[in-house]
Amino acid sequence: MAERSFKKEVQKLRIGEGEVFAGEGILAVTKALLQSGVSYVAGYQGAPISHLMDVLADASDIMEELGIHFESSASEATAAATLAASVNYPLRGAITFKATAGTNVASDPLSNLASGGVTGGALIIVGEDYGEGSSIMQERSHAFAMKSQIWLLDPRPNLPSIVRAVEKSFELSEASNTPVMLQMRIRACHMHGHFVARDNVRPSFTLAQAMENPSRDISRIVLPPASFVHEDEKINKRWPAAVDFIRREQLNEFFGDESGDYGLIIQGGMYNTVIRALQLLGLADVEGNTDVPLYVMNVAYPLIDDELRGFCQTKQAVLMIEEGQPEFIEQEVHTSLRRVDMQTRVHGKDMLPRVGEYTTTVVLKALVKFFDRYRPELAARQLLSEGVRATLAPRPVTIPVRVATAAELASTAATKTLTAPVAALPIAVPASVPAIVETPVPALDVHPRPPSFCTGCPERPIFTAMKLVEREIGSHHVSCDIGCHLFSILPPFNLGATTMGYGLGWAGASAFNSSETTRRTISIMGDGGFWHNGLTSGVGNAVFNKNDNVLVIIDNGYSAATGGQDILSSKAENASRVTNMPIEKAVRGVGVEWVRTITNTYEISKMRDTLRDALTTTVRGPKVIIAQSECMLNKQRRIKPLMRKRTSEGHRVVRERFGVDSDTCTGDHSCIRLSGCPSLSIKDNPDPLRRDPVATVIDSCVGCGVCGEVAHAAVLCPSFYRAQIIGNPTRLDKLTARVASVVIGFLQRRLAIRELSYA
Amino acid sequence: MHETKFTEVSFAKPVVKPADTKIRPIGIAILAMGGEGGGVLADWIVDLAEHEGYPAQSTSVPGVAQRTGTTVYYVEFFPQAADAHGHSVVPVLSLMPVPGDVDIVIASELMEMGRAVQRGLVTSDKTTLIASTNRVYSMTEKSSMGDGRVDPKPFIEAARAAATRFVFGDFAVLAEKSGSVISAALFGALAGTGALPFSREKFELAIRRAGVGVDSSLKAFNAGFELAQKDPVDGTAAIRTAAVERTQSLLKALDARIAAEFPSVAATVLKAGVRRLADYQNLGYAELYLKRLASIRDLDRRYGESDARLLVETARYLALWMSYEDTVRVADLKIRATRFQRVNKEVKAKSDQVLHINEYFHPRIDEIADTLPVWLGKFLMRPGRVHNLLERMTSKGRVVRTTSLSGFLLLYVVASLRSWRPKSLRYQREHAEMNNWLAHIERHAGSQYALALEIAECQRLVKGYGDTHARGMRNFKLIEGLLPRLAGKEEGVSRIRQLREAALKDEEGMQLAALLRDWNWSNATAAASAH
Repeated sequence: MAERSFKKEVQKLRIGEGEVFAGEGILAVTKALLQSGVSYVAGYQGAPISHLMDVLADASDIMEELGIHFESSASEATAAATLAASVNYPLRGAITFKATAGTNVASDPLSNLASGGVTGGALIIVGEDYGEGSSIMQERSHAFAMKSQIWLLDPRPNLPSIVRAVEKSFELSEASNTPVMLQMRIRACHMHGHFVARDNVRPSFTLAQAMENPSRDISRIVLPPASFVHEDEKINKRWPAAVDFIRREQLNEFFGDESGDYGLIIQGGMYNTVIRALQLLGLADVEGNTDVPLYVMNVAYPLIDDELRGFCQTKQAVLMIEEGQPEFIEQEVHTSLRRVDMQTRVHGKDMLPRVGEYTTTVVLKALVKFFDRYRPELAARQLLSEGVRATLAPRPVTIPVRVATAAELASTAATKTLTAPVAALPIAVPASVPAIVETPVPALDVHPRPPSFCTGCPERPIFTAMKLVEREIGSHHVSCDIGCHLFSILPPFNLGATTMGYGLGWAGASAFNSSETTRRTISIMGDGGFWHNGLTSGVGNAVFNKNDNVLVIIDNGYSAATGGQDILSSKAENASRVTNMPIEKAVRGVGVEWVRTITNTYEISKMRDTLRDALTTTVRGPKVIIAQSECMLNKQRRIKPLMRKRTSEGHRVVRERFGVDSDTCTGDHSCIRLSGCPSLSIKDNPDPLRRDPVATVIDSCVGCGVCGEVAHAAVLCPSFYRAQIIGNPTRLDKLTARVASVVIGFLQRRLAIRELSYA
Repeated sequence: MHETKFTEVSFAKPVVKPADTKIRPIGIAILAMGGEGGGVLADWIVDLAEHEGYPAQSTSVPGVAQRTGTTVYYVEFFPQAADAHGHSVVPVLSLMPVPGDVDIVIASELMEMGRAVQRGLVTSDKTTLIASTNRVYSMTEKSSMGDGRVDPKPFIEAARAAATRFVFGDFAVLAEKSGSVISAALFGALAGTGALPFSREKFELAIRRAGVGVDSSLKAFNAGFELAQKDPVDGTAAIRTAAVERTQSLLKALDARIAAEFPSVAATVLKAGVRRLADYQNLGYAELYLKRLASIRDLDRRYGESDARLLVETARYLALWMSYEDTVRVADLKIRATRFQRVNKEVKAKSDQVLHINEYFHPRIDEIADTLPVWLGKFLMRPGRVHNLLERMTSKGRVVRTTSLSGFLLLYVVASLRSWRPKSLRYQREHAEMNNWLAHIERHAGSQYALALEIAECQRLVKGYGDTHARGMRNFKLIEGLLPRLAGKEEGVSRIRQLREAALKDEEGMQLAALLRDWNWSNATAAASAH
């Protein structure tokens, strides 16, 4: 069961011709798939398309009605290989995953698929995790599209354009026998908008028909000599076919005054940002109508030479606005124009930053530069609001740098002001333009707020235990993996040296396999990464290569970081999937003998002792610790309604939470440094003699027990208490409480006399 | 071969001169942390606009926001359903806030507000800023070994300077009082500012349409609405007055002594100290406290200024030191009726529910020996069978249920060991250290008043229990050992402060060691600790 339920929203997927669909981008994509007559959909979760997978899972009954098979794939490679169904049969299929993490994993099947080509439309929907909020390396899917000859669509970020792009992608794929990649940027995935729907379509050719009438064509299999033929086909047949289709269907768009002798070439996904920049300069109206000639590439790859040259032939200069690096399109634009000796000046990364997200401010700056050079009357700075104009100004940027030497750190949190060079605009501003406003950036001590383990997360105590072991026997090289557990690299834990990819935690420590030391390495892997590939790339590899190191598998019952989807070892009963497959069995199955399963990660002392044992035992060979406790985010979502129900039915319900006694807390905050729970915070010291803030547990506490365990395992202060609040207490509960309170009350009154006399 | 003639490109739309519209989309950026309902707030605004027939769009980059990170939700809508010709407008809306072009910024927390200001989203020519001043402390602030909190004042000042209109207050408290979430209170404030072209009723209808927790949301909405309509008041500088007003007959004599013998500026701290120590041990112990401070008072009169800082600070720290934390004290505090009531309130237990309080104790052999009379304590700490047995018995922490008879009685007995305290091992040790410390202060007060003040402040290092206390004591002793090098020198004062602050930087003592290395003082410390 995923973190967010779309059960209600998916009903929108049933709407028919002419009705208006309102909702999020990913939901619109799903609707577009249903309108396109797909036979199968597969994918692997990950931001920003996790919700797409969740939507699909929640829409399973709707898909069943239409005869569509949906699969949560074991990995992106599995998902990509699924498209093999479209090679020999006229079946439309779609897969989805995040880029570039997913395209990396899927690159093997994607290459094979693209080489042999497809009969039915094959669509790869990638969630491009680039720019603000991204959690992965900053690379482009564009490179994958180019190297394998997969057509790449980057539609304008509005729902009608996105839906049309999905539908046209299938047609394009079929017209050119080539898989098509549709790129969805983060913001577009989560965008709320509208489009006019069409009826859902049942696939004309079904999976059953294919299975009952198998067909094969050896010329589609990547094996010489066919592979050489494929290369030729790709370039000489499929490419021209794609170009024809794209031109005929006008997938790319032109706006503005075609007679203009300057123009902008933009990726479809950049459209709204560019229009906003033009609006700010008074060059476009609210609906985006503009005189500025625009060539909008909804198809980012391949480049349509004819369209480009047609656009450029009347132009003195064009500005290519292409986000990401390297500037693949810009290079192609140059090549295309020079091949026919067309002398239009092409600007791009010379006027735009080479790296980083192209925000409106960035684009606006580039437009001003471009217009200053070619159409100064359009660079109307005076139309910009004061605040926006300030963002264009070359100004010193104050970067507070914490000075690292101990002496200065100790004196005050010293900050130094550095002046970062900011390139001035190339053209002098005419005198009539009002002076540029300088707004100083306030030098506020704004702390970063990186993501962290949730309140009550069962992974936190694992790393607390690791810190405790580190105190005892020194530090170890820690190899991390992808997942929530990667937050251990941040304060307060500060553990972990590298992360090489999903499921590759143990693989990332493979080199540290030396008989010259008894010190072991620790690798981390989540249950998600384990089933994704870690079982073979990590565990199998360690067994095979006689590794002597330690792996901690964090088994929280879900693919938690991507939104709580079920996986093979999930504890949930899932009607449409097989779950409850123990990781320990799999690990033992590939030959690990030293395996310990800890079924309660909150038991820090046990966790610590097991870790110490694994790191110091004389037993040779790989050592695996499986640390199991349910993801708290998902657990709370699961049990909260249950608790409410039981309470309302009059059953005895025990709620637990922790607290800190302010009068015994001395404000050292060791507990916070060892836990880092969001619900463990600080507040003013109520003691008039003390100054340091005291620890406090805020309402969000779920009573996981870590605070108490830490207090015990690390011998902290006695300030923590665990409150048990018994709702609908039984008669016995009430009786014992009453008896105790009579005696306690009597003694407390005696104490109170003494207290009052000093109060 | 390449074609030399190119297809005519087809321009999709007839060229339209940019419309001379004065109406522009309204942009609203919401800076929130996971779980605060930033998404719900964005949805309400979209719903509100769409119900007026206005085209609206919202986006976010949630990423890992739900894992305590931050995120920006951005809503834009065009406040016109159709133009003069009845043509319904299809605006191109932005997917991200543009610094300098944001009409409304809503921040759910003080530091997030600071982030918005720093990113340039708040500008004085157009932005209405609605911010909650409550704090969700950053990890850096929380994990500091002392007080690592940032000062909220510059944040408020910067925001006031940056915004056209600035509405702020503790919306988290408003929400809590209404039994709702902060997003509802902020939505109310948004309505209260009148920055959007909708009536209050329309805002409330959006909440009703969403249909989740309607009543509590509306209550929080109302509180937020009212706050926005009031003039902003600085709610962040809550002054803590020492709650030492009530006096009892037994303390009157001491209070009279304080009034008669000590400067009035020190009265607040001294009264608090006297009460604390009387509560901790007995009235005689409080008298001892005043007696010990007499010489400091005299020195301060001679060398100090009217604020009597040395006396005040020494009095503050001496009271804390004399009431050092031990098992007796902890047991005493845990079993009080007032404490039971406090917990009851804190965990929000209802009258028909039964509350159990479970304490986490880990008394180790050291602490047990500390509580015992000197001879017995020393015997227990001597290596041998008894020591080992007790060590094994105390290797695990214990959970004691104070609300049960057995648990309460256990702590009651421990608390009543108070009368033994002056004979205990720990008492002797702590008081020996205390007297040493006071002697140092007295020795330097005449020649170097500022240094004496710094020495007094060093007591701040000694706090907590178990390892934390041992670590603090170690650092304290280290600085004490360095006093001969620091005394009489001009830079001694700043050095002792640097040492103290370095000691509070990390548990491993790395900053302190680094500082000493910087000064080439590492050998001296080795000698000092050997001593």
